[in-house]
Amino acid sequence: MANEKKQPMNKRLKLFIPVAVFITMAGFLLFGLTRDPNIVPSALVDKPLPEFSLPGLYPETGEFSRADIVGDILIVNIWGSWCLPCHIEHPFLLEMSEKDPSLTFVGISYDDSMAEDRLFLEERGNPFDYNVVDLGGSLRIDLGVTGAPETFLVDANGMILYRHIGAIDSTIWKNTFEPLLAQIR
Amino acid sequence: MLLSSRLMILVLLLLSFQAMGAIQEYAFDSEQEEDRFKKLTYEMRCPKCLNSNLAGSDAPIAADLRREIYDQITEGRSNDEIIEFMSSRYGDFILYRPRLTIATFFLWFSPAILLLAGFFIARRMMLASQLSGQNDGALSSEEQDKLQRLLDNQSD
Repeated sequence: MANEKKQPMNKRLKLFIPVAVFITMAGFLLFGLTRDPNIVPSALVDKPLPEFSLPGLYPETGEFSRADIVGDILIVNIWGSWCLPCHIEHPFLLEMSEKDPSLTFVGISYDDSMAEDRLFLEERGNPFDYNVVDLGGSLRIDLGVTGAPETFLVDANGMILYRHIGAIDSTIWKNTFEPLLAQIR
Repeated sequence: MLLSSRLMILVLLLLSFQAMGAIQEYAFDSEQEEDRFKKLTYEMRCPKCLNSNLAGSDAPIAADLRREIYDQITEGRSNDEIIEFMSSRYGDFILYRPRLTIATFFLWFSPAILLLAGFFIARRMMLASQLSGQNDGALSSEEQDKLQRLLDNQSD
């Protein structure tokens, strides 16, 4: 008697399989709607910062390599004085570098505006502990950069934890950088 | 009227130069290398502008990547090596023709898989209902005996 009752129950459960498949797919599609298709996912997150050997923005500092800057928590900022969002972002970088001396700020500037970049930093302040020029453009390609500004968070082992496209401000810092920093500290 | 048609011709002439711009940027030793450059820059997406390829983009990073592709072609790297170089830095995102991975496999083939599964389930259900339909009418001799016994018991 019990066996006879169990059979149709199983059959009835089977009828829910298409509904379950539909709900799963709808869930994925709904999740897809919340993602911004303009944000290119970085292929470099959780990978080590690429090797490089590049001149400093100031001739007296000489060349910099990956080994010279890795060791502290790094905020690597790709910028150029010709880039307007970089102007907008600049006061925030300046504020953060003063507020949090435990972070090492690395400015990677494009190679087409070195004199203007030096002038820009002289006039408005220099938030960077290291000023590196991406001569020839190999580092920005190795970093998978799409344009300026972009900011990478690199941990003390030289691993890239996060990449942000566009200017950073206090809201972005609070929502994305601070939780990641709390994890690695 | 005359002025506007002259303006039109001027605009068209300027447009044709713009289209040539990206291709004439570099000189190649052989036609084969130039074809490879055209093909690669045509099939890779500009990471900055998203909806145009490297060949047709004015973004600074697209110019950087075109130069990188040019350098690698003249250094003798193969197309596969160049594609691997680009996708390890920019992800599969940069490829207008994505490669077959587990994710793209499910994306491309799940409709066909689901359709086939639906077809088999429908077939099995139809067969099952046909079989049960055949059974409905006649009782086996064993069942007939059981029925007879029940009826006999009831009449007592």
